[in-house]
This record gives sequence, structure tokens and C-alpha cells, in this order.
Amino acid sequence: MRHRSLLILTTAITAGALTLTACGSRDDKGGDAAGGGNSTVVIGLDAPLTGDLSALGLGIKNSADLAVKQANKKQYVKGITFKLEALDDQAQPSSGQQNATKLVADKEVVGVVGPLNSSVAESMQKVFEDANLVQVSPANTNPALSQGPKWNTGEKKRTYKSYFRTATTDAIQGPFAAQYVVNKAKKTKAFIIDDKKTYGAGLAGTFKGEFEKLGGKVVGTDHVNPDTKDFSAVATKVKSSGADVVYYGGEYPAGGPLTKQIKEAGAKVIVVGGDALYSAEYIKLGGAAANGDIATSVGAPIETLPSAKEFLANYKAENYKDAYEAYGGYSYDSTWAIIEAVKKVVDANGGKLPSDARAKIVEAMQTISFEGVSGKVSFDEFGDTTNKQLTVYGVQNGAHKPIESGTFGG
Amino acid sequence: MNELPQQLVNGLLLGSMYGLVAVGYTMVYGIVQLINFAHGEIFMTGGFGALTVWLMLPGGTSLWVALPLMIIGAILVATTIAVGAERFAYRPLRGGPKLAPLITAIGLSLALQQAVWAWYPEAKSARTFPQIPGGPIELGPITIGTGDVFLVIAAPICMAFLAFFVMRTRIGRGMQATAQDPDTARLMGVNTDRIIVIAFALGASFAAVGAVAYGLKYGQIDYKMGFLLGLKAFTAAVLGGIGNIYGAMIGGLVLGIAETMATAYINHIPGMQQLGGQSWADVWAFVLLIVVLLLRPQGLLGERVADRA
Repeated sequence: MRHRSLLILTTAITAGALTLTACGSRDDKGGDAAGGGNSTVVIGLDAPLTGDLSALGLGIKNSADLAVKQANKKQYVKGITFKLEALDDQAQPSSGQQNATKLVADKEVVGVVGPLNSSVAESMQKVFEDANLVQVSPANTNPALSQGPKWNTGEKKRTYKSYFRTATTDAIQGPFAAQYVVNKAKKTKAFIIDDKKTYGAGLAGTFKGEFEKLGGKVVGTDHVNPDTKDFSAVATKVKSSGADVVYYGGEYPAGGPLTKQIKEAGAKVIVVGGDALYSAEYIKLGGAAANGDIATSVGAPIETLPSAKEFLANYKAENYKDAYEAYGGYSYDSTWAIIEAVKKVVDANGGKLPSDARAKIVEAMQTISFEGVSGKVSFDEFGDTTNKQLTVYGVQNGAHKPIESGTFGG
Repeated sequence: MNELPQQLVNGLLLGSMYGLVAVGYTMVYGIVQLINFAHGEIFMTGGFGALTVWLMLPGGTSLWVALPLMIIGAILVATTIAVGAERFAYRPLRGGPKLAPLITAIGLSLALQQAVWAWYPEAKSARTFPQIPGGPIELGPITIGTGDVFLVIAAPICMAFLAFFVMRTRIGRGMQATAQDPDTARLMGVNTDRIIVIAFALGASFAAVGAVAYGLKYGQIDYKMGFLLGLKAFTAAVLGGIGNIYGAMIGGLVLGIAETMATAYINHIPGMQQLGGQSWADVWAFVLLIVVLLLRPQGLLGERVADRA
């Protein structure tokens, strides 16, 4: 009898450990090949291609693929054929790091696009820095990635010179949302929820700071575990707190069910969040409850930009199964930035790739400037994009509609 | 506003879902002393069974018409997989060391998860589940979402049915006999192989009903949904005393309420702000489990062998 309860206790504890770590990994898929050319170089890509965030990840992959195809078609860099190698990180920092190591080991890789998640980027940066391999993320928004861990105390310091991004940071996105909520939507009692990830917690923090500065009152906070789907207890807390707005720092797989359950609990609120809620999946998961919710996202809506016309037409012509989603344009620009940097290095070396190409490309990346899908693409002294535009989107009749675009003035 | 009544209801709803799944763990354990770790995935396949039925029905079918068919579909799929697993994965190992079927169960769990991931259309991310139309129902201080209505009705019916089945029917008595002493039960003319299959099928049916409730409550199902919920339901079964069917029900409710209360109140205790909130609910649930097992290793209702089935 004693034996049996010991077995149960052990299994129970193992079960607990499993629950708390929620482990998992999967083999990665190879990228698609493009043939021909004299010399082939590889652009690596890392994004969640399966799992909850795959809608965004596949949009990133397809757009990068499109950029590579266009460059090859136009013979943009003479004598160089680009090839995309896409790896799946399942939004897990550990998988991201393995992928980074794998890409670094492949001598043909000259640059990497991705990842989607800030937490994954954190695990990759050091690996790329040590190998002098340039990384351009289309979607990371956590400011600490480029400006160092003490960025919000004003002590900005770039930690990794190989890290660049085309997405605007949360240091702007959170306050931008707070301004809209207080000044335009006239909501002053906020309940702030985050998922404790690098991205979510960072975003919620920057929103809170600006919201309180503008005279708003935070009536409650909570942290959720995005792996569970039951948020009923949190929803009840929101209702009894009397909040008129909920800010969620997190991603749509938990955000959708969260908004649904908060509204079903009878709370009269709108849910506001960052670019990771700006996805059709959010509305699919939230159902009718998502109507009226707001998401901010980086850049202006690419559908409205003249610079994006060609991208949109080409994307359609390739017949990709998945939409380009929130980061498609930025992913195209990130990939193109690597192509531009390669071009610069190759041109300076008399039409050939130099032996220390990786280091040269990192240097070249700092100086590139071109007209991309999302507008002008160039990087500041931290590796952040100089394009600081943001847009507020509202959910109306089951779709995200742009409400206003602008830049955050501080 | 006092949120206690609402939080209790939230906890009871979550707990009854744990209870529905926990019954499957506890029945199988009671009879063959096997912790069927694939049970969470059987729950998940039930959800996809129900969704398949819904997708096969012509568009515009009322959910009230579709729901009974979906439940039948869920039960059929889940039961088939559970009985198949018993026949081909567990039965050949029954005489072997105790750990062999346990590891097989973990392997089966991963295999089922990946099979749905790979072959069910568009199951690589969450799929939406049909929703009961209408707004939330308000009863004084308590609000119940339309998606919860099914759970409110189905869970007590299932539990009452199970209690009746085990205590009053011939097969139920056969289950009790097998649980107490399989060899003697066989000598007395009980077909123990059949009893074991019935235990698996019954557990799977309850999980299937739980999966339909899950889909209606949260509006989505995905290939991973059985993993965490299965672990929680297993915890509930251990908490209540594994092998005891009433224990599984009580354990589920206790666990659900504990998680909800931890989310709602722990961060109001001075000095505990950092340890409260929903992200800590799992931790408190397992703290509760460990405390219970230290004080009562047999679980809340364990050791009442007569009820074991």
C-alpha cells in the first residue's frame, strides 16, 4: 500500500513539473530552394511556423520568401542567388536558440530574418553576436533588445551590434495606446493584464506609465498563464473592479478567449492591446465579443501605402496559402535589408562575396537606406528602425479597421 | 461589489469539467491500477469528433439540433480510440511490469496529439467551436455565460448516471468486484476483460462530454487542449483519492475552486501580491495537492474500497 502511494506521489509531482514547464519541440522544416546563379547565399528565417502563433509566423515566412524570389528574378545582386532557409521555433526561446546555432553553423548563411517573439530574440542575440551574423527582426517590439536592460531609466546602451529590427518598439507603442485611450476613447479606469512574457510584460509596463501620467487610474492588475484557456476568475475581477478599459499585454491565442470571457462575465469594457492582438485570429477566437476592441500596431496599414502596392500585387500573384498578416510588410523589408547589405558588400568587393562577409554585412546594415514596403527603411544607433509610425485599429463587424495613424511624440 | 458568489460559480464550473475528465483516470486506475496518461488526449479527440460532426452538418443547422449529434459523435470517437488503446496498447502489457503501460500511455498521448496536429484540417492552430447564441444569463450577483449552460446541465446528470451505474447495475457491481480482487471476480464468473473495456469506454464518454463542454465554454479547441487539462484532471483524481469515483468528482470541484480562489484572493493578502493572480493559480493548485497528500496520502476520499470502481 505504501508502495502505491509513493508511486502516485511521484507521478503527481512529475505531472506538476510538466504542467509548469509545458515542454515541447518539433523537427524543423527545410526552406524552399531557388536554383541557378553563380554563387548561392542563404538567408535564414526563424519564426513560429506551427502552433498558436503560426498565422503570424507563416505571414513572415511567405513575405521573406517573396523578397528572395523578387531579388533572384530581378538579378538584384549580380552573381548572387539567394535562398531562404526557414526554421520553426514554435515561439519557444529554447527552439529559437537551437535554430540560431544551426544557422550560424551553416557557412552559406549571410543574415537571418526573425524571430516573431521578443523572448525568442533574447535567446538568439548572443549566438548571432558571437558569430557576427546579422539578424533583422520584423516583429520584436521589446525595447530592451536593442537599447539594453536599463532603457527606461534613460541609460540606453546597445548590447548587440548584430541586432536590427524593422518594427517599432513598445517604448512607443504602449504610450501611444495610452494616449489614444485617455484622449480619444475617454477611458480613465484601466485593469492591466499581462502574460509575463518579455513582450507582454514590457508592453503593459509602458502603457501603465503613460496612462497614469495622463491622469488615468489603474484599478487592478493581474498576470495570466497563456497556456490555459480559463480566465473566468480574472474576468470576474475585472467586472468587480469597475474598470472601463482592459489593457492586455500579450498575444492573441490568450487574448481572444480573454476578451470573450471578460465580456461574458458582464464587464462593460473594451480590451486594448498591442500588435500581437492585431490579427484576424484574435477576432476568430474572441467572436462577437471582440467588437469594439482596439489594437495598436507598428507602421501605417500597408494597404494604404503607395510603396506597398507592388508587394500586395506580388504577394497575391504567388498564391500563398496564408495571409501576410501583421508583419508581412516588415518581414519583406527585413529580408530586403539583408539583400541590400549583401549588395553593398559585394559591390565594394568588386562583384564577389568577401571572405569575411558576415562581419562586413553587419557593418553595411548600419548604413543602408531604401524605400521599402512600410516606408523608408534605415536603422538608428541602436539598430531600431527610424520609421516610428504607429496605427490604432478598432474591431468593427468582425474585422480590424484602421482608426488613426500617427507618431508618438513623448 | 462582492465577487465571492461569482468566483465560487467560476470555480464550480471549472471544477465540474475537471471532474468529468478525472472520472476516466480514476475508473481505469481503480480497476487495472494504470494511470492512463493518454486520457487527456482522448478528451481532445472527443472535441474534434464533435467539431467534425458540426462541420458535416449542412450550414445553418440550429445548434440545439446539432448538439445531441455532436455529443454522440464525440463519444463515438473518444470511445473508439480509448477501447482501441486498451486493446492494442495496454492489454498486451497487462502482465508486465507496472511502468511499461505507464510509459506506453505517455507515448500514446504524444502520438495522438501529433496525429491530430498533422492530419486534422487546419488544426495547427486553434479551431473555433460553434457557440450557443444569446447573451449571458444574470441571476442576482451571478452571471453565467451561455457557453456554461451545457456544463451546468451535463455535469450533474453525468455524475448521477455514473453513481447509479456503478452502484445499481450488474455491470457496475462487476466493476466493483474487479476493482476489489480481479482474480476472485473472475472465479465468480465476472468477465474481467469486458469490465476493463467498459471502464475505458465509460471514462472516454465522460471525457467526450467534457470536451463538448470545453468547446462551448471557451469557443475553441486545439490539439494541445488535453495536455494541461488532462494533468489537472489527473491531479483532481489524486486529490480526491485515485480509484474512488466520488473522490474524482469532489477532487475536481476542490481543485477548480482552489484555482479560482487563488486567482481572486491571494494577491489581496498583504505581502503576497507577487504570488497571486492567474499565472500562480497552477502553483497553488499543486501546493494544495502536496499538502493533501502529505496529510492524507490516500486522498480526500481514498480507502473506501467498497466504492472503488
